[in-house]
Amino acid sequence: MTRQRKFIAGGVVIALALAYMIYAGVTQSAVYFVTPAELRAAPVPGKAYRLGGMVVPGSLKWEARSLDLSFSLSDGTATVPGYFKANLIMAKHSEEYKAPHDKSEAGYRELLKTLRGEGR
Amino acid sequence: MTADLGYGMTIVALGLALYGGVSAGVGARTGRLALIESAQHAALGVFVLVTSCFALLTYAFLTFDFSVRYVATNTNLGTPFYYRITGVWGALEGSIILWSWMLALYTVILIVRHRVGARELYPWALATMLGILAFFLLVMTVAAPPFQRQVPVPADGRGLNPLLEDTGMITHPVALYLGFTGLTVPFAFAMAALITGRVGDTWLVLTRRWTIVAWYFLSLGLLIGGWWSYHVLGWGGYWAWDPVENAAFMPWLTATAFLHSVMIQERRRMLRLWNISLVILTFGLTLFGTFLTRSGVIASVHAFTQGSIGILFLSFLALVLLTALGLVAWRWEALRSEGELDSVLSRESAFLLNNVLLVAAAFTVFFGTVFPLLSEAARGVKVSVGAPFFNQINVPLFLSLVFLMGVGPLIAWRRASLDNLKRNFLWPVALGILAAALAFALGVRSLLAALTFATTVFVAVTIAVDFTRATRARLRVGESLLPAMGGLLVRHNRRYGGFVVHLGILIVALGVMGSHAWSVQTETTLHRGETAELAGYRFRFDGLTAVEESNHFKVVGTFTVSNGRVLGVLQPAKKFYPQEQAPIAYVDYRLGLREDIYLVLGDFARDGSQATIKLQVNRLVSWIWIGGVVLTLGALLAILPERHKSA
Repeated sequence: MTRQRKFIAGGVVIALALAYMIYAGVTQSAVYFVTPAELRAAPVPGKAYRLGGMVVPGSLKWEARSLDLSFSLSDGTATVPGYFKANLIMAKHSEEYKAPHDKSEAGYRELLKTLRGEGR
Repeated sequence: MTADLGYGMTIVALGLALYGGVSAGVGARTGRLALIESAQHAALGVFVLVTSCFALLTYAFLTFDFSVRYVATNTNLGTPFYYRITGVWGALEGSIILWSWMLALYTVILIVRHRVGARELYPWALATMLGILAFFLLVMTVAAPPFQRQVPVPADGRGLNPLLEDTGMITHPVALYLGFTGLTVPFAFAMAALITGRVGDTWLVLTRRWTIVAWYFLSLGLLIGGWWSYHVLGWGGYWAWDPVENAAFMPWLTATAFLHSVMIQERRRMLRLWNISLVILTFGLTLFGTFLTRSGVIASVHAFTQGSIGILFLSFLALVLLTALGLVAWRWEALRSEGELDSVLSRESAFLLNNVLLVAAAFTVFFGTVFPLLSEAARGVKVSVGAPFFNQINVPLFLSLVFLMGVGPLIAWRRASLDNLKRNFLWPVALGILAAALAFALGVRSLLAALTFATTVFVAVTIAVDFTRATRARLRVGESLLPAMGGLLVRHNRRYGGFVVHLGILIVALGVMGSHAWSVQTETTLHRGETAELAGYRFRFDGLTAVEESNHFKVVGTFTVSNGRVLGVLQPAKKFYPQEQAPIAYVDYRLGLREDIYLVLGDFARDGSQATIKLQVNRLVSWIWIGGVVLTLGALLAILPERHKSA
């Protein structure tokens, strides 16, 4: 019986350690998904965000010498307020690795929908 | 014409698979052999039909038959011959065909191998295989039909996604899918064992080699995926904890756990319930992975298809899990262990701990991957956890696993005495500590690196100790050195195959650790003739040239690399495909055992006077691929038929 208890105790210790590591990991590396409108509504300082939106046409600026890339991001209703510094940029694309078809309004709305996580 | 023929064959195959599944089940239940034979014929029919579908689609690709939509979207007149073949499985619809074809192939092999030997389990295993096959054929008919017609027929197709124009495209998906589908066989036998109530060791012995084969292909698929990512995608890494990668990694972890726990059941009659659960979990994870990658529920940098396919996979997954768990509950009494754990210090508990850690790692990966869904459901906010989360938890887990890799194979069964421990582990521990001390003396200050060195050396020495001891025993009975060593590998191929796999993992671990700890990178913009410096290397930008290729246009940057003396010229490029809006990076690199030099061309001035370049010096990455080769060789050795042991 005591032997079995040892194994159960060992299992509990491992489970607790794992639970703690996961908890600590989540609190340290959680990144919040927001759209520009959501960020504007409730910005919380000191939190990591992943901002999703469409690059406003014509707003892209690239300084080759200083490696500065800047653009405005919009979700159709709001653009990002102020200055948002990113350490990772991910380009979202469809199955065919394409931007909205021919810049049509329908394709644009479709992509916005996936950004908001609708229409699954 | 092609489209109709293909669609027709898919429907007939679906009908046959359903019939065969039911027929095998009824035959098994009533003992009517005629029904089982009929099911075998149906399975053969399905195999022939799916093979024909596959051949037909390949033919459509080779002949540019753009009346088939799938061909029109995944190839064009400029696609080279080779990539017209791999284009067959370049997107969702074709990969489902490939998957079904492999499943049908495995079903036929199962019939050939087990028809005679496993009278009781075999018909149910066949029924399960055919049922699963029917599901994939259903997906092929309803959700992702490869043979949809394209009206009007376009003059030219859209072309294959350029990132898929790589030799990896033939090996990576094929290996990965052979692994995924291979895991269906152990699952089918586990179901058969539960249904018949024969939950003893027969199903394990029958599926042992199947599991190793599937594991071999899955490992190969993961490794090639890493290599592909490293040399094609141009972000300088090989693993990013992306949901798609995790989808393939989770079943690998649980399958690895299963490969180990099987040994305890064989030897000690324990862990029956655990083994059955692991097989169910592993198969469930392969379905879940497909759901994850094909449903678009999780944001990923990889391409996703949205549509009804997600809900189909999720429903099937639910059906499979409920059925399996129902069967487990039904056979609960029979699944109880006969053996019992004797001591905490024993091979059993080392293996048990290995299993717990592997499953914990799988759970961590699962949790991190679905975390955005969980948090949205629970708290209404979308939150994701990135690579730091996965690394933080998995690094200690994997280090412990590596450590156990040294302990498990040598520690005594049942109860290890102090003497046994001393005999086996004195040298390994001493040399492991020495290795860490040596690393420290050489200037390594990272705790993680020192720990990795210590554990890998420890494990390597345990393997050496075991091998020398066994060789010596053979020398004593009069064999000469080389035949003794070769004989060991061949006669005990499962054991030594396992050791070789372990060695491979050690080498991979060193590569992963080195690349994380010591790689450096920088990004800069250079004028023509200007030089950048990184880690003792100098990179001079010599200019840009434009090149016209068969199906794309490319801008090539020329960089001279030197470290005192000129090492060579690297030519990273940007490829512009007419069907793509954005250019695709073409990486250039110089691989080395110590470090790789890795260049990615970024933006450039149109007149060629200036270019932005990402420079990386990646340390020890080559050892990941070398370890991968060792690992797969070991798995091959373990797959070889076991000889009858003479000595």
